Amino acid sequence: MSRAEPARLAVRKTYKLYIGGAFPRSESGRSYAVTSSRGEFLANASKASRKDARDAVSAARKAFAGWSGATAHNRGQILYRVAEMLEGRRAQFAAELTEAGTRRAGAVVDAAVDRLVWYAGWSDKIGAVAGTANPVAGPYFNVSSPEPTGVVAVIAPDEPLLGLVSVIAPVIVTGNTCVVVASERAPLPSITLAEVLATSDLPGGVVNILTGSAGELAPWLAGHMDVNAVDLTGVTDRSLAVACEEAAAENLKRVLRPAALSFSRGGKGSGEGKGESGAGGTDWFADPGTGRLTAFLETKTVWHPLGP
Amino acid sequence: MTIPLAGVATSNAALRNLLHGLPGVDRVGADQRAAMLGTRSIKTTAKAEGIDLAIRMVDLTTLEGADTPGKVRAMCAKAARPDPGDPSVPKVAAVCVYPDLVARAVSALGGSGVKVASVATAFPSGRSSPEVKVAETAFAVAAGADEIDMVIDRGAFLTGDYLKVFEEIAAVKEACARPGDGRDAHLKVILETGELATYDNVRRASWLAMLAGGDFVKTSTGKVQPAATLPVTLIMLEAVRDFLAATGRKVGVKPAGGIRTTKDALKMLVLVNETVGDGWLDPGWFRLGASSLLNDLLMQRQKLATGRYAGPDYFTLD
Repeated sequence: MSRAEPARLAVRKTYKLYIGGAFPRSESGRSYAVTSSRGEFLANASKASRKDARDAVSAARKAFAGWSGATAHNRGQILYRVAEMLEGRRAQFAAELTEAGTRRAGAVVDAAVDRLVWYAGWSDKIGAVAGTANPVAGPYFNVSSPEPTGVVAVIAPDEPLLGLVSVIAPVIVTGNTCVVVASERAPLPSITLAEVLATSDLPGGVVNILTGSAGELAPWLAGHMDVNAVDLTGVTDRSLAVACEEAAAENLKRVLRPAALSFSRGGKGSGEGKGESGAGGTDWFADPGTGRLTAFLETKTVWHPLGP
Repeated sequence: MTIPLAGVATSNAALRNLLHGLPGVDRVGADQRAAMLGTRSIKTTAKAEGIDLAIRMVDLTTLEGADTPGKVRAMCAKAARPDPGDPSVPKVAAVCVYPDLVARAVSALGGSGVKVASVATAFPSGRSSPEVKVAETAFAVAAGADEIDMVIDRGAFLTGDYLKVFEEIAAVKEACARPGDGRDAHLKVILETGELATYDNVRRASWLAMLAGGDFVKTSTGKVQPAATLPVTLIMLEAVRDFLAATGRKVGVKPAGGIRTTKDALKMLVLVNETVGDGWLDPGWFRLGASSLLNDLLMQRQKLATGRYAGPDYFTLD
């Protein structure tokens, strides 16, 4: 294409990290080459270090009070806004996904937008589903209601847009903040998604996106004492998953195990997969249910004395 | 450097001659040197030692209008044993409180060896009569303060009335004396460098405070921004080095305000070592005035010990 206009020098995007609402380079100065599914060079992505992960956790912690304190309605509206912004970049995402080897890229972007809208709707409804008014044997009005667990470290699946959106949205819609390690193979759509998040009223620090090696970053996040939960969805290496769970046990983090490495059911994933290179065999097009929402909630029960 | 010190305290003119005769500060050079020393990388065992030294140098401070006896008691417990779960953590140098809370702090600390410092002289503005300032100092000393942090009259300093500043410091120094047992309270003189406008003034104010008898020069109250920046600390360290050479009397330095992270503290230690040498790398000669710094030092210490990042949930807030 550019051959036709030899006078113009291409302006190429620098893919950086997304931490605390800003786009810094890796503290370590490292980067790695990202190639298309056909092996062509696409761009250099930042290779985040453990210190970037630490900074991202600090940013997520800082954002937690404001985000968890926002009304459910407000969080839902902001998620809906993210969907609107994503819709506006449909063509850009479709092109990036095609380069990353995703088939039917347009349908994937549509599904990602729909997924955001679907989770946005849950913002003020999950409390009614996961909470209850408990009948108790005493003069008390007894209510259980779900609350966000805190800072969640997410190892995103190798499904550059739909998988990424499907793990971020349920974490943040309930009021958690997160640090996400994007797909190592195809990190570019995640940084483009960060641009979408940065322009959609989402407070800085609610979502922090790191690109680089999950094998290098995940153990640090799982062991970090200021992280409250880990989502290991994108971990495909069984020994890494075990190491992360062990590190997470130190401060009793909530852990969402990767479906493909489920220890109880001997490694069978929950769906067939649609050939979207989704390691772990999860079908990201399928109805996700509320499992990911409730995985990162704490139940608060209040006993209120009944008046005479 | 030869500086004629005899009889300087007799008149404003003599003091002005001396202070304005000091070499000027190269602002760009000072900023650059401080920034360059701030890039030193300190890792592993050196970092562990630096953290423990920094903890021993901390003046754990609470200077809020809302301070309560309970808060002071809790802070004193933390000062004596910063991490109750780890007895190998050294205690801090001192706690720093308002004069009316000194007695509480003294009784809470008992024989722990942690000193009690008190701000005085109409802290933080210093806008009161000399009599009130001396009386406040005497009150804090009588309550058992080991150290007094006084503020200078910045208004007088900036109008060039150096003699007034000198005489006030000297009067407060006198009020720090405990004639009976000889354990005079140490006097730290707060220059409030954020209000002094130029680096030249920082150098002059340091000399003035040292000439008037201050045992320490301290950067800031913590109520004014900018507070303890690296270049300002560098200039004050140079001043105490030159003062030692000129008079043979050694004076300590205390940066305070805005030092929040372990990295900030380690940069300060590098600055000390490179400017005045390791003779000052001791809580007796260098202090860090801070409140939130201690928790960050403890978190970094735990990170080095356990190999995983620590979280603030596991340390007390005050």
